[in-house]
Amino acid sequence: MHKIKVRINGRDFEDEVDSRLLLVHYIRQKARLTGTHVGCDTGNCGACTIIFNGKTIKSCLMLAVQANGADMTTVEGLAKNGLHPIQEAFMDRFAIQCGYCTPGMMLSACSLLQTNPQPNEAEIREAIEGNLCMCTGYQQIVEAIQYAAEKTRK
Amino acid sequence: MIPNKFEYIRPNTLQEALSILSAYREDAKVLAGGQSLLSLMKLRLASPKYLIDLSGVPELNYIREESGRGNSARIAIGALTTYAQIKESAVLQAKSPLLVQTTHLIGDVQVRNRGTLGGSLAHADPAGDMPAAILALGAEIKAVGPKGARWIKAEDFFVTAFTTALSFDEIVAEVRVPVLKGYKTAYMKNAPRPSDFAIVGVAVCLQPDGGRTCQNITIGITGVTDKAYRAVGVEESLRGKQLDPKIIEQAASRVTDGVEVNGNIHASKEFRSYLASIWVKRAIQAAMSGA
Repeated sequence: MHKIKVRINGRDFEDEVDSRLLLVHYIRQKARLTGTHVGCDTGNCGACTIIFNGKTIKSCLMLAVQANGADMTTVEGLAKNGLHPIQEAFMDRFAIQCGYCTPGMMLSACSLLQTNPQPNEAEIREAIEGNLCMCTGYQQIVEAIQYAAEKTRK
Repeated sequence: MIPNKFEYIRPNTLQEALSILSAYREDAKVLAGGQSLLSLMKLRLASPKYLIDLSGVPELNYIREESGRGNSARIAIGALTTYAQIKESAVLQAKSPLLVQTTHLIGDVQVRNRGTLGGSLAHADPAGDMPAAILALGAEIKAVGPKGARWIKAEDFFVTAFTTALSFDEIVAEVRVPVLKGYKTAYMKNAPRPSDFAIVGVAVCLQPDGGRTCQNITIGITGVTDKAYRAVGVEESLRGKQLDPKIIEQAASRVTDGVEVNGNIHASKEFRSYLASIWVKRAIQAAMSGA
């Protein structure tokens, strides 16, 4: 067992974890933040995407013990004083079908807009390449991200 | 999917990592970005007893220019440099862009944020992208072990699938690529889906003489056989020749000369050989028309 200390959405957690506990399982089962989803569990689908020390990663391809000392944001950390502009844009533009990929999609979108506030369509599509929507609702998702970018500009 | 039980160890220096590796030998595996190894461990295709996480060894993360006379100038890249860092590197983009071009076709944003150059090489996936680029560049790989460091040429590094010239007690510390002057480069791949493994990946370093004549060319191929390799037959057929479409096509047909081509669910032997010649041609053309 290993002692870890992490910060998730501004809250500090301290736990003892087994070496083989995956970060996504830690977030869901220990931190009880179930907005981070397990989709394929093979590193393809991106449903487990979180922001890890400022960068998006797939939390099924990391061990919890590797996250010791890290600062993370999950989908639950997006809304502060009301919904995040990305969350509003996904609602306004109907960018959600079954919703399973949505948390990962929104975190990838946030990460994109932080480094590139005015992305073109190709840049948006590249940014969500690692997030699969099995409903294939990509068009609305791309439009929602464009819409969020426009709204943030105003 | 949960990996088999293992002991996790996070050393703080390269020396410490090396002594742990020497102690546990074949029972240990070295973890870099984990984008391949953790997948294999979850599938239990790999079940190391000890996992040595290098993330506490910051001395292996850098990109820097090493001065040298004439063509000996090199760029040194620490083994733990991520694909994302390579993709954003202004030095590499300006002076040796093939690795940057290659990162555009590796995985996706999340994978590029974690996956590392050294990890990709040490893992030696027969369909990995970086091995092809490293071969085309004639890069050198610095392996460090208990007896010190040695340099391994890219062409001697890949032995067979998931097997390299590294000994059990060695760790990849650095990769050195040449500064390219007067070269044009490209990496292209054919994959079932974007961000998937290559059915065929082709890396090209081309030195034209100013016109359409090929002074020198090196080509790295991945995805075709049990390891990445240099398409020596194609290179020979093009050196000193005019780069006309017909000559390129004839040369490209030699891409699988002397190679045992893989056949699988994605492409039969025959189809993969065909794809390899097509994508060699396209990659050469992309290099010619690119910067």
